[in-house]
Amino acid sequence: MNTSNQLSEALLAEHRPVMFRYALLQLKDTELADDAVQETLLAAWQASANFEGKAGLRTWLIGILKHKIADHWRRSAREVVTAEFDQIDNDEDESDEDAFFMSNGHWNGGPTTWNDPEAALKQQEFWAIYETCQNNLPPKMAKVFMLRELVGLEAEEVCRETSLSDANYWVTMHRARLRLRECLEIRWFNQSKTKKEHRHA
Amino acid sequence: MRSCRDITALVSQGLDMKLSLGERLAIGVHVMMCSRCRNFQSQTQFIRKAAHRYTEQLQQQLDKKS
Ligand SMILES: [Zn+2]
Repeated sequence: MNTSNQLSEALLAEHRPVMFRYALLQLKDTELADDAVQETLLAAWQASANFEGKAGLRTWLIGILKHKIADHWRRSAREVVTAEFDQIDNDEDESDEDAFFMSNGHWNGGPTTWNDPEAALKQQEFWAIYETCQNNLPPKMAKVFMLRELVGLEAEEVCRETSLSDANYWVTMHRARLRLRECLEIRWFNQSKTKKEHRHA
Repeated sequence: MRSCRDITALVSQGLDMKLSLGERLAIGVHVMMCSRCRNFQSQTQFIRKAAHRYTEQLQQQLDKKS
């Protein structure tokens, strides 16, 4: 449309999917999420003269998006929800990784072989378990995991979003994966054998 | 030889950044001999796939609702 702007619409639109998922996870409503992203892109396009450095474009856009989402909560008087997602800072159990390993670094228990994980993806009940396991992560860990795996931010972007150091990020993701894995194993994969037998019976 | 704790930390890192050749070798040698870490490796890949699928489904459900 306008060549004097630094940022083309196409360049902005590239970040649309990530922004949409980010908004969706918080707003839980596709229409609202879509609106928030639209408003963000419009605001970004209008303010693109203020933007410096393409490397941080997505971070800048998400910064605007967060304001739009906060505006929404303010309008609907549900600040509490944003506070929950945005301001959880310290998680309790620093030592919980140790439960997975013995002091010499060997597994304490540890992963068994899962029978046909691909088949699980097709079963409705599996997704309820998956959701439970994901929700059982401590809040900050859940946020880090979701920003990375559900929203699709790069590791360094997640660090910026959550003010985590690199080292803390690696530790957090390691624990999140250990926990999720264990939860799925206990609640689904170690159970599914009996379930399947029931179904075919 | 690195412990299972260290190897799984590396495996986890490898999902979020490119590891050095030395690190990838260390993982490769370890998982050849350690079935639990081998399971961890494939299961974390599975979890990533599940997380993506979960997001797609969430979006579809919400689409239907509105
Ligand atoms: Zn091992």
